[in-house]
Amino acid sequence: MIFNWFRKKNDNYPEFYLEYLEHFKKKPKGLIEETRFVAFDTETTGFDKKDDRVLSIGAVSFAGKSIPVSNSFELYIHQDIFRPETVKIHGLMKNGNNVKVSEIEAIKAFLEYIKNSVLIAHHANFDKNMMNEMMMRNGLGKLKNNFIDTGILFKKSKHKIYQDTLKKHYSLDDLCKELNVPKVDRHTASGDALITAMVFLKILSRLDKRKHLKWGYLLRR
Amino acid sequence: MKNSIAERVCDFLKIYPPFDLITFKKLLEIAEEVVIVYLEKGDTLFKADQPANEYFYIVRAGAISLFHTDSNDNKQELVTINDTGDIFGVRPLIARENYKLTATANEETIIYALPIKNFQSATENNAKVYEYLITAFATNAYDSYTTEENNEIFKDYLPNTSQDIVNFQTANYTKTPITCPIGSTLQEAACLMRTYKIGCIIVVDHKKPVGIITNSDIKNKIATGEYPINTSVSNIMSSPVITAKKNLTVADGQLKMIKNNISHLCITKDGTVNSRLIGVLTHHDVLVTLGNTPSVILKEIKRANRTKKLRLARLKANTLLKGYLEQNIPLTHIINVISEINDAVIIRAIEIALKKMPTPPPVPFSWLALGSQGRREQLLFTDQDNALVFEDVPEDKYEETQAYFLQLAKYITKSLNKIGFEYCEADMMANNPEWCKSISKWKTQFQNWILSPDDKAILLSSIFFDYSRIYGSEKLVDDLSESIFEALEGSSLFYKFLGKEAIKSPTPLGIFKQFLVEQNGEQKDLFNIKSRGLMPLIDAARLLVLSNQIKNVNSTYLRFEKMAEIDPNNKELYESCAYAFKALSKFKTKQGLLHNNSGKFIKLETLTKEEKLKLKRCFKPIQDIQETLKLRFDLKNFI
Repeated sequence: MIFNWFRKKNDNYPEFYLEYLEHFKKKPKGLIEETRFVAFDTETTGFDKKDDRVLSIGAVSFAGKSIPVSNSFELYIHQDIFRPETVKIHGLMKNGNNVKVSEIEAIKAFLEYIKNSVLIAHHANFDKNMMNEMMMRNGLGKLKNNFIDTGILFKKSKHKIYQDTLKKHYSLDDLCKELNVPKVDRHTASGDALITAMVFLKILSRLDKRKHLKWGYLLRR
Repeated sequence: MKNSIAERVCDFLKIYPPFDLITFKKLLEIAEEVVIVYLEKGDTLFKADQPANEYFYIVRAGAISLFHTDSNDNKQELVTINDTGDIFGVRPLIARENYKLTATANEETIIYALPIKNFQSATENNAKVYEYLITAFATNAYDSYTTEENNEIFKDYLPNTSQDIVNFQTANYTKTPITCPIGSTLQEAACLMRTYKIGCIIVVDHKKPVGIITNSDIKNKIATGEYPINTSVSNIMSSPVITAKKNLTVADGQLKMIKNNISHLCITKDGTVNSRLIGVLTHHDVLVTLGNTPSVILKEIKRANRTKKLRLARLKANTLLKGYLEQNIPLTHIINVISEINDAVIIRAIEIALKKMPTPPPVPFSWLALGSQGRREQLLFTDQDNALVFEDVPEDKYEETQAYFLQLAKYITKSLNKIGFEYCEADMMANNPEWCKSISKWKTQFQNWILSPDDKAILLSSIFFDYSRIYGSEKLVDDLSESIFEALEGSSLFYKFLGKEAIKSPTPLGIFKQFLVEQNGEQKDLFNIKSRGLMPLIDAARLLVLSNQIKNVNSTYLRFEKMAEIDPNNKELYESCAYAFKALSKFKTKQGLLHNNSGKFIKLETLTKEEKLKLKRCFKPIQDIQETLKLRFDLKNFI
């Protein structure tokens, strides 16, 4: 393919990354009930994609409306960068009790978990950038998955007479309040991932009253 | 791998029985295998006669209704509604057989599905846990087969009618009975009965009930001269008393009274005469619970102290509605009764919400119903449209005051939602800052709509101009109406906009005298009775009363009847519009009850020839009124 010229060629990709890429060869059908979704969240040392690091990743997966707890994803990453000021938000200490893995191990486990699922995150761009930055730092390409941002999706679900009065940004807390989602374990990666999944399912039910949406619609801005 | 979510699931489970009897470590083993399930309103989790799942369930948020399906006529009867923390679907845990009930989400719901296998291995030999589950099972199991097999545990039987479900409610007895000690004289006892305006008194000995004196005892034994008035109560009381335990059902209570030919039951701590008296159940209490009449339902609503009870009371009104329609009772009467019940439910919900607030309201306010409820035309559950007006406050207090009322409105709309009124899709509810304002701000809002109308303003005012006060200050609402009519005086443009709205749906009969059905979308080939039949009439009536400065007439048919009164030249047209509106509403309600929805869309082929004719007859006045509006408000060139 001609576009291959623009892509940075890297034959030294490790096996697990090639395997991950393999999942994207097939074109998905786009039916919501047959799609595997993964809602995920990262806790980081801060908001700068270059200077800050991912401390933990949490995720839950579902197809249909059931989320099996046993198939949730949660891991903690060993990092040299540490910012005491963010500890009060995520509660992860430098030498905490959680078993920590290296960045590359974390990426490997995460890619094996997500495969070609549609990823859901609140303010997805941030988590996406943090993950991509981490992957490139480790000599890999970017995430290939489709992304849905619950922040944007929520605005889509609002009645047309309110479109001009919507807030610019809705925090995850705002959505919990508006959609009546029980807030448990806020500010841990897997807790936030579960909340994001719930928020997604609730917005979806508002948008998809007639049960005919394909997830392509959800991706559009 | 660490699993924080499982830990959080544990945190939830451990506060509810029987999980509070299980150690955290064992509970975690179960929680790790839990599946979190999200259900939309109306989603079915399992159906009667389906084979058992590998899971049983606990409600995390929302509510699940359990239905029993009558095998004779396939009718669904509501057995119970499970709230947060309630366990259901335990049949597979006890007996490996098919489900007997159908579980459906009563509202948007999150449940935890607990794997039976893990649960069993984690709780092996924990007798208490199983005892709890069996009790939970027995209270939900209405099944004649199990009754015969296990008549010790499963005392309940199969309910056939909704009356039977009522029979299984716990009887509502008086918890503060009036008593007199055994040593009293009859005169003392009679004085007490007069003071408390009661017909009977319980004689107690060391708090245990030993006898009862009723009005008829006084008539038969004192007034006849058989005993003097200063005789001891022990001489004339009926003894021993019949006692019962506190959780007895209405059916049990009634049975006991009939068997013993009495009208009062003493409720004691352990159910025998040898323990403390804690209440009295009278025959009247039983009748009140059993009666499905508007007055009984209204009384029940007024007594309800929880949303759950309000919901049960409102559900009874639906049974009532069905009966009324079957008996062909005039629609105006039905509308009055149901509106009265709806109002009472909302008032009670507001009272309950007010109790939840830390302080009383800072200034007077009124709660307004909008749209169909404001017009008092709401028969079936629909969306809730409402708004709140509060008295003006100084500028620096405004935010704080609004915040108070927003919180109040949030409690109210939430409980209305639980009762069965869906949230408004467009969020036109008083918990939205846009619809919760001071009187001055409301006045400005309406003036804007009236003086500079556009399509959005018309969309909103079509809902907002049909408001009626449900609760709170009357003065505020009168004041608002006053100001609206003042503003209306100078605006003919506004009327044109309203007129445009009223004639925008074409007459529902096509040129070949066929019904116009929806051309596309999910509702293809269905006839939309709301937008094509009811809305044009509603819009026309609103425009007519506003332009004639008629206040406080809110319902569509009354508006037309009022117009017939003040404009005798067109009396016939207005009267036929009023008639058509009533006929169409009845039609929609019947369809709604039949299909358990709003009845908005009608499948034409299911109608009989006669019904179709009836429907068509309703459309002639719609066409006529639209023509009249076009002329009167000069709309020809406006659209």
